[in-house]
Amino acid sequence: MYNQTEIIKDTSELGADGELVINMGPQHPATHGVLHLVVTLNGETIKKIEPHLGYIHRSIEKMCESLTYRQFIYVTSRMDYLSSHINNLGCALLVEKGMQIEVPDRAKYVRVILSELTRIASHELWLGAMAMDLGAFTPFFYAFREREMITDIMEDTCGARLTMNYIVPGGLMYDLHPDFQKKVKAFITQFKSKVTEYEDLVTNNVIFQSRTKGVGILSAEDAISYGCTGPVARASGVSCDIRKIYPYEVYDKVQFDEVLETAGDSFARYMVRVKEMNQSIRIIEQLIDNIPEGDFVGKTKNVLKLPKGEFYTRVETARGEFGVYVVSEGGTTPHRIKFRSPGFSNLSVLNHISVGSKIGDLMASMGTLDLVIPDIDR
Amino acid sequence: MTNEEIKEYITTLAPAATYDETGEWLNILVTAEELQPLMLALRNGKMQMNYLFCLTCVDFKTHLTMVYHLSATTHRQSIVIKANLNREQPVIETVCDIWRTAEFLEREVFEMFGVHFTNHPDLRKLILEDDFKGYPLRKDFEDPINMIKL
Repeated sequence: MYNQTEIIKDTSELGADGELVINMGPQHPATHGVLHLVVTLNGETIKKIEPHLGYIHRSIEKMCESLTYRQFIYVTSRMDYLSSHINNLGCALLVEKGMQIEVPDRAKYVRVILSELTRIASHELWLGAMAMDLGAFTPFFYAFREREMITDIMEDTCGARLTMNYIVPGGLMYDLHPDFQKKVKAFITQFKSKVTEYEDLVTNNVIFQSRTKGVGILSAEDAISYGCTGPVARASGVSCDIRKIYPYEVYDKVQFDEVLETAGDSFARYMVRVKEMNQSIRIIEQLIDNIPEGDFVGKTKNVLKLPKGEFYTRVETARGEFGVYVVSEGGTTPHRIKFRSPGFSNLSVLNHISVGSKIGDLMASMGTLDLVIPDIDR
Repeated sequence: MTNEEIKEYITTLAPAATYDETGEWLNILVTAEELQPLMLALRNGKMQMNYLFCLTCVDFKTHLTMVYHLSATTHRQSIVIKANLNREQPVIETVCDIWRTAEFLEREVFEMFGVHFTNHPDLRKLILEDDFKGYPLRKDFEDPINMIKL
């Protein structure tokens, strides 16, 4: 992909003394997946970062062109595997919008609860892994203790712990597990009693604060220009929560706050995610006792055909705005499908926020961008 | 702004533009030459379209269409700008000096569709291997080894 001679050629072109090119990845522990960064250093200071992508490129967009509107949803779980329910929801919403399928209320409630559980699980994994990148090993176990309860709930609900598929066009694949409400309530109780431990362990930790405060600062203007969304943009004070701006399903019926920070540094991005978990709990609490009885799937035809035209839907995943753009020629498969993945845009800002800082700070900036590589490569 | 006002405003910038209102958002089809000045005016003029949330290309077998989804963080109105390109020699001016996110997105379109973006600072392959032949997201792309026909 990027051969050795080219790297040497690049440095000679730069021509400055003491410059060093380091290949970080594709098997670097802090990249959480196969991301390859070519970092140009001057001493310890970063001069340039070039991401090299594609190690797990599976050509999902091309694949989806030969899959029907029922089939292509399953592939999207394999993109951002930590937000699989939300990805599925985005695709299901697109098909429902195109064909004007009515979704029963029960399905809408369950979809939102599952989305929020997915968001918490994703932020938990991020919290543990990010703390581990910065040298703190213990938070990983604390975060996974709570995450484990969510994966158990997911296993009961749809049979899988990762790459879940449960949301289909029209509603849900099958009805909820009888223990669902009980288990979710148990999780909420556990989470609420334990979330303060993260504060003690990570947030108030002096080493953690000094490694993240003022590191990787992203201004609001740049965040918009680079197309950053999700916690990355909200930490810079950009209001971009799709759940608030373009509410889908029952997000307009629940009370929650869009978490905004203004510092724009790694610590602000950390704080946004921790506070978002509490907001997700708040949403689940409002819905879990009020899941309406009734059908879990609306009436749909066996063969789905989208009318000729173009459709776009967006949902808020744990990483930001996930968009699905479909060009339909009226057939059973899409003519062209494009996934606007939040990680792709968030990665493009990495060079901008890291230039001039030290190589040790790169872990903090990259960790708080929360990159999921299959989402970027697609 | 209503669609009529937007149309009026864009006609002053790009007289040859055609409009399509059948979809969710107003679609504006311009020529490839008109695109860059129009985009610059949309970004810096009174519409303040500061957020390019999707940039892609579609292969319609007879021609390629570049699709730009624009929005603004202030008024949240979305519009879609399109430009048709010749399939044999697709060339269009880059917009990555207007929106920084376009730099990576255009590199992706470049390798997947073979669209050449003039004045792009670093037009190289991003996801595919350097020696990859062909443009995989075009409709006539054939790969007998890795592609399974359903």
